[in-house]
Amino acid sequence: MSVDKSTVARIATLARIKVPEEDIDALADELSKIVGWVEQLDEVDTEGVAPMASTAEGTVLRQRDDVVSDGDRRDDVLSNAPDTDKGYFAVPKVIE
Amino acid sequence: MTEKNLIKGQTGDWEVVIGLEVHAQVIAKAKLFSGADTSFGAEPNEQVSLVDAAMPGMLPVINKKALEQAVRTGLGIKAQINRFSVFDRKNYFYPDLPQGYQISQFSDPIVGEGEIIIDMEDGESRTVGITRIHLEQDAGKSVHDMDPRSTYVDLNRSGVTLMEIVSEPDLRSADEAAAYLTKLRAILRYLGTCDGNMEQGSMRCDANISVRKPGGDLGTRCEIKNVNSIRFAAQAIEYEARRQIEVIEGGGTIDQETRLFDANKGVTRSMRSKEEAHDYRYFPDPDLLPVNLSEEFVEEIRASLPELPDEKKDRFVAEFGLSAYDADVLVAERAIAEYFEEAADGQDAKTVANWVTSDLFGYLNKEGLEITDSPVAAKQLGALVGLISDSTISGRIARDVFAEMCASGKDPADIVEEKGLKQVSDSGELEGIVDEVIAKGAAQVEQYKSGNEKIIGWFVGQVMQATKGRANPQMVNEILRKKLAG
Amino acid sequence: MAALTELTLAEAKEGLAKGEFSSKEITETYIAAIESARDLNAFVSETPERALADAEASDKRRAVGEAGALDGLPIAIKDLFCTKGVKSTASSHMLEEFVPPYESTVTSQMVDAGMVMLGKTNLDEFAMGSSNETSYFGPVVNPWKRKSDDQPLVPGGSSGGSAAAVAARLCLAATGTDTGGSIRQPASFCGIVGMKPTYGRCSRWGIVAFASSLDQAGPMARTVQDAAILLQSMVGFDPKDTTSAELPVPDFQAVLGQDIKGMKIGIPSEYRIEGTDPEILALWDQGIKWLQDAGAEAVEVSLARTKYALPAYYIIAPAEASSNLARYDGMRYGLRVDGETLADVYENTRGEGFGSEVRRRILMGTYVLSVGYYDAYYIKAQKVRKLIADEFSAAFEQVDAILTPTVPSAAFAHGEKSDDLLGMYLNDVMTVPASLAGLPGISVPAGLSSDGLPLGLQLITKAFDEETLFRVASVLEQSAGFTARPDGGA
Ligand SMILES: [Mg+2]
Ligand SMILES: [Zn+2]
Repeated sequence: MSVDKSTVARIATLARIKVPEEDIDALADELSKIVGWVEQLDEVDTEGVAPMASTAEGTVLRQRDDVVSDGDRRDDVLSNAPDTDKGYFAVPKVIE
Repeated sequence: MTEKNLIKGQTGDWEVVIGLEVHAQVIAKAKLFSGADTSFGAEPNEQVSLVDAAMPGMLPVINKKALEQAVRTGLGIKAQINRFSVFDRKNYFYPDLPQGYQISQFSDPIVGEGEIIIDMEDGESRTVGITRIHLEQDAGKSVHDMDPRSTYVDLNRSGVTLMEIVSEPDLRSADEAAAYLTKLRAILRYLGTCDGNMEQGSMRCDANISVRKPGGDLGTRCEIKNVNSIRFAAQAIEYEARRQIEVIEGGGTIDQETRLFDANKGVTRSMRSKEEAHDYRYFPDPDLLPVNLSEEFVEEIRASLPELPDEKKDRFVAEFGLSAYDADVLVAERAIAEYFEEAADGQDAKTVANWVTSDLFGYLNKEGLEITDSPVAAKQLGALVGLISDSTISGRIARDVFAEMCASGKDPADIVEEKGLKQVSDSGELEGIVDEVIAKGAAQVEQYKSGNEKIIGWFVGQVMQATKGRANPQMVNEILRKKLAG
Repeated sequence: MAALTELTLAEAKEGLAKGEFSSKEITETYIAAIESARDLNAFVSETPERALADAEASDKRRAVGEAGALDGLPIAIKDLFCTKGVKSTASSHMLEEFVPPYESTVTSQMVDAGMVMLGKTNLDEFAMGSSNETSYFGPVVNPWKRKSDDQPLVPGGSSGGSAAAVAARLCLAATGTDTGGSIRQPASFCGIVGMKPTYGRCSRWGIVAFASSLDQAGPMARTVQDAAILLQSMVGFDPKDTTSAELPVPDFQAVLGQDIKGMKIGIPSEYRIEGTDPEILALWDQGIKWLQDAGAEAVEVSLARTKYALPAYYIIAPAEASSNLARYDGMRYGLRVDGETLADVYENTRGEGFGSEVRRRILMGTYVLSVGYYDAYYIKAQKVRKLIADEFSAAFEQVDAILTPTVPSAAFAHGEKSDDLLGMYLNDVMTVPASLAGLPGISVPAGLSSDGLPLGLQLITKAFDEETLFRVASVLEQSAGFTARPDGGA
């Protein structure tokens, strides 16, 4: 399947990545090439195969006890922030 | 479906179809995937771990308590517990969503189908289907009014465990929705899985609403987001149903959209359609393995379930002979039911029920107190009823004693003792007083003899006055009738 | 005594233990070496002051008999590991100024073992690349040169800075991370040993995530023994990483030098991939012979779906990456590029903060996860992944280890494959299958191409059998007797 320009624009918006208008054609070409190439997987018969999300899947999900063991480190949390005020992260105005 | 749920429009009757999604904050000390504190009211960003802030390379580790609480809730609504479930990532961007995705459960939730029985005011019950319950992370909080240029973000809530409890579209009116929310809240509080505190945001509700002609095809639905009280939910549904009917009857069509409830104006309004079509790109979170619950894990929780409101109600009716209505009122809160049972222990349960639902509730309401803050302990209320039952005091005196108990917290027996309120049941003493009253009331005696039986009340009043209300009313009545007849 | 930078990690460890030199001395030598090799661009951040402080502290510990397993040994860290108080950039504009207030589990274990941190090495941006040309801080130069020309060559990637630094004697050893071959492929290009442990051996906590179900840290060193020593301090169960394995850790060095008589070595013919350099296929045959000569038996095994591993990887890894990299949004840390609306800030930040390869992979990942494509691409790839893992399991019923080439080619020149996207991806065709299956793999330098460039052979074993991996690798290393040097010496 080829990836057309409008699809590139749509996924760029979904991914919140600005793609300059003049780059869209090239990206559509590149993604089409990659998508076309990965489609060779269609040759593989996967009928009845369980998808594998992780090689650790066979093991048991380890669980924490319900104790407060973290937090109370506001300075660390804010230390790399582009903008902060009164202990908050300051971000561009959200208009609801 | 009952007739009275229908809404009258210009073109005839309409039926409302409602499904609710409730986000309930799970009671746990620490967050779903980090060890940060969940308690309410901390300074901004004080309860944030590096995981909650989604710093590079940070990884989630699940809190066992969250799984327990979800299973407990599932068992409480007689739902299927899925021994295998999966955490997925729901991808979208928002400044208070640090990871750029919410860890949630999509295709394989921890709890499957269940049910909740709702009790309507008229005594009817209905069963509402639960589609599923899944676990997910809460987002942070955005504050929009602290600065003209910036939105402020506090991540204290980021990562707190939520259960999303999704109902079937089984509800047919705002009242039913309110009853459902009330019942759900009661069950969660009984189970100790959510405190149900809507002001603090521990329970929030999204309502999916559509209208149709009775028995017709489902209409297009609108979702009202984030309603934070049961009353508002009912108002929002009522408004939205009528709005949709008006649109359709006016020849328009309903757009499937997300709407907000404006509590000040009592209306719903469309959220600015800024959002592109949602595409959350769910996929299993590769940082987490699937959840496999052992049978022992589930059975241990099942064994520790408390008696829930429905069973408690049935038992109160059967065991204590309470009316269904009284039983409903008493089981609405676990703390009330427990108070009642403690007070009723060894006492006449119906009398205790009356005292709890009228005098005690009246006092607590007036003072704005919860039952757990009651100055009158359950045992003390029970003792008060005991004093009535064994004729130590009359019901009338008991009200005064109760008022004193509320004020001082003292035991009723002590109050009766101190104030000399013990009922006068000595027939000799009472006969003497009756004689005096009859002697004083020649005119009233005349009236009685000429057939005005009601005048006996005057004599009783006089005796009570003379004894400061302590006379045993039954004995007074008997003695009076005997003497007046003589 | 040879120059201190000529010592292996094991030799330096011994020298320190015997008091032949101090950590300060060897550290100063390495700091000078790094300064004089800046044209390689192997480091994003040099940390000489930190290194000297580490060294002095180490010498003090040693004086009181408290030296740890890596005590006083100058080591470089891939700049994908978060290091407390030291910029950790992932070679991205996005994290150019990011200073973590925390230390990754792997590096904190190395700190505890006494290592001297020389600096943070360059990599492909967010570990996405096979040539180190996608780094925001510019490409790394491979210290090796072809006989036929003088063009700068790529060191491979994404752990290209680490590989170049180890090969050029700018550190005793270095950490790398491997998602689809990012340790093994640059190791092959730079003539060093690069080892990816079983998925779950090393904690991923504090390592900038690329593709969570594939990422593994591992050692890059000049010898198999050095890799074993370094790995020993990197591995171990970490309760902060749910996917980290709660298993006992063997003594990796103990198996070195043990013979491999009677072992069965699997040879998968499917790795004779079209377009592979014939010299590499010849070296592979040579490798088989070496192992046979050492008493092992070569067994033909079938890994029929090998050719589908790479396309499956190029669905799974970008899908995970598209989500893992969503956190770089300019809100809480990292680059923020202003704009008129919130949406503009997001798009400008991520548009400028990410380089073209990262953007491409995020878009690819977003595409394969989006409505209508999820089943056709993402689920399909996971099913293929399962089949590939099953094939390996079946093979390891018959054999103890599998031998293949590491990469289909020797190092190439800067810019040579820049226009050939799929050609670039093919670099990982032989390393990706083991990554998808979560298996340990190692690249051992085994020979030189006719143009004078190093070529590696790869060994793969079943999960958590790093002991067999090191055992066979050690034999392969001895048989190959690879002593060539990037500067042409021996
Ligand atoms: Mg929802
Ligand atoms: Zn939700």
